[in-house]
Amino acid sequence: MSSTNRTAAETQALVTKSLARRYRAERRFRFYGLTAVLAGLVFVVFLFGTIFAQGLSVFQQSYVKVEIFYDPAIIDPAGTRNPDDLVTADYQALVRESLKARFPEVEGRRDLRELYGIVSSAASIELQQRITSDPAAIGTRETRWVLADDTVDMLIKGRVARNAPEDERRLSDQQVGWIAALERDGTLALRFNRAFFSNGDSRDPEQAGVRGALIGSLLTLFITLLLSFPIGVGAAVYLEEFAPRNRLTDIIEVNINNLAAVPSIVFGLLGLAMFIGFFGLPRSAPLVGGFVLTLLTLPTIIIASRAALKAVPPSIREAALGMGASRLQMVAHHVLPLAVPGMLTGAIIGMARALGESAPLLMIGMVAFIVEVPQGVFDPATALPVQVFLWSDLPERGFIERTSGAIIVLLLFLLVMNATAVLLRNKFEKRW
Amino acid sequence: MNDAAKTTIGTITVAEPVFSCRNVDVYYGDKHAIKNVNIDIGRKQVLAMIGPSGCGKSTFLRCLNRMNDTIVGARVEGSITLDGQDIHDKRQDVVQLRARVGMVFQKPNPFPKSIYENVAYGPRIHGLAANRGELDEIVNQSLRRAGLWEEVKDRLNQPGTSLSGGQQQRLCIARTIAVNPEVILMDEPCSALDPIATARIEDLIDELRESYAICIVTHSMQQAARVSQRTAYFHLGDLVEVGDTNLIFTNPRAKLTEDYITGRFG
Repeated sequence: MSSTNRTAAETQALVTKSLARRYRAERRFRFYGLTAVLAGLVFVVFLFGTIFAQGLSVFQQSYVKVEIFYDPAIIDPAGTRNPDDLVTADYQALVRESLKARFPEVEGRRDLRELYGIVSSAASIELQQRITSDPAAIGTRETRWVLADDTVDMLIKGRVARNAPEDERRLSDQQVGWIAALERDGTLALRFNRAFFSNGDSRDPEQAGVRGALIGSLLTLFITLLLSFPIGVGAAVYLEEFAPRNRLTDIIEVNINNLAAVPSIVFGLLGLAMFIGFFGLPRSAPLVGGFVLTLLTLPTIIIASRAALKAVPPSIREAALGMGASRLQMVAHHVLPLAVPGMLTGAIIGMARALGESAPLLMIGMVAFIVEVPQGVFDPATALPVQVFLWSDLPERGFIERTSGAIIVLLLFLLVMNATAVLLRNKFEKRW
Repeated sequence: MNDAAKTTIGTITVAEPVFSCRNVDVYYGDKHAIKNVNIDIGRKQVLAMIGPSGCGKSTFLRCLNRMNDTIVGARVEGSITLDGQDIHDKRQDVVQLRARVGMVFQKPNPFPKSIYENVAYGPRIHGLAANRGELDEIVNQSLRRAGLWEEVKDRLNQPGTSLSGGQQQRLCIARTIAVNPEVILMDEPCSALDPIATARIEDLIDELRESYAICIVTHSMQQAARVSQRTAYFHLGDLVEVGDTNLIFTNPRAKLTEDYITGRFG
């Protein structure tokens, strides 16, 4: 009534008034959004900052340069070159001799033991492997870089203060002095940490590596991808393109959506009961881990694949059917190629989740302490997130950086995996 | 039936019918979309179907190649025969039916593949070409007949979607005639095109009429008058009037038809 009787000028005035309010609301909304994004960014920077600050140092490790004389009198006193004798020989003594030669002034059992403590016990294993693979080296001299003990490593990396009171560190003042001497003449230095990438788990931080967990994760995810992608896509295609719409398919649909929300540890329990309990598959095996993670990722892949199929324009389906294509031809020739990018996205999300899962793997025993690097899907193994969990629990200082280091490796793995999937998706992506 | 169907005015039969539709009713769930339609579609001529939006002309068109099968809840009753054989018969394969009755849609919908692959798709799935040479020949001929060859002969490997709207629609026509159907159904093929592209399609329809029966749904009465020999007027699911295009446009017998074509209603 009154509104219809307004003059143009009055209407304009009202619009102008409301305009200011609308712009204010917009500015406010932008501010909220920006604040939220910035807050998120701060947390991400903080997270990555701490992880990298703690973990980057793991890629370097303290090594000691030692002169080793493969003394036949120590390795093979009988002179038979019997392989069994070579395996059990006292290689520790070779290292001991070398250190003694470097610090001839050290005497007394206690002092000598402290001196020997500078080098990791991994050194003797390394020498043993060297000799058993090449017995001809006996009697020769060689300069080698061997792993230093983790306490030495922590000191070199500055994680433990050198001037701290003696009873607050695990190295004695005497040892710190030797370390300084070795550093001065360049025989103790930080070098690229090969051991971290070539070893499995260990109780000694300097010997503990991610290889076992990395291979375990790779094998597990390989099984997961191999099963969940074809099964998930198949289920999605059937449900979306072929299944009749009735009560049964409705129930199936609701249940798939519910499964996506089931806590992952429940899938672990299911896997324990079914694969290990009922089918009798081996414990701690990547095969079982892959099965369990398949159960976990299937709902995600099915839901994403169905959404991708739904997003294919109906005109393409009509065109194909109108040409006389059968239903399967329509799906295989036209709908699937257009839906593949979306399906790959679903697979990325599912696999990323699977890679980061530890709870279900704990239930099936992939949490065991395993030194050996797994050779196949039946070997006992652990996975990267579980390794992070295990190391984070250990008291030694060296494991703090190893925990962060394993997280970095996990993130890199994730990055490589996602980049591959994104490349694949871009390759398949078609615009119409 | 929720309301009685009206009787159609005009001649529903033709001398040489391809399609013969008797007592056709279509329901979408509870909605009675097509009411007791009787009509023949003749060989080598164009039948135009006109009528206001929602009158059921597209629905009826989609009955002819059973595209309504894909719509959940759609139900077709009555008899539709193609060359004397019921298309709803159990022995009639729907894939084979659609190979015999091609369809061109309102919005150009080329496959997101190359121009060549678009045209070759039909012959390929139906096994019409024994070798690559024959396939090339079919593609070449179909594109020529659709009047597109000169424009695309140098870029057959480019995506069909890179063409202009009018070219895309002609590509869809080429794709349809590549399987050599008996009937071509066109559902408002020019509604997304500019007047120049429309004129080209209309010329093309005129040429194609010499080989195929064509059934076209259109909102443009001028177009119906230009391209068709017979016209059918639909209103709210009823086939109100059908007859020679000349007669319908000069001397409509039903009041509804007259109101529509003179623009008093629509």
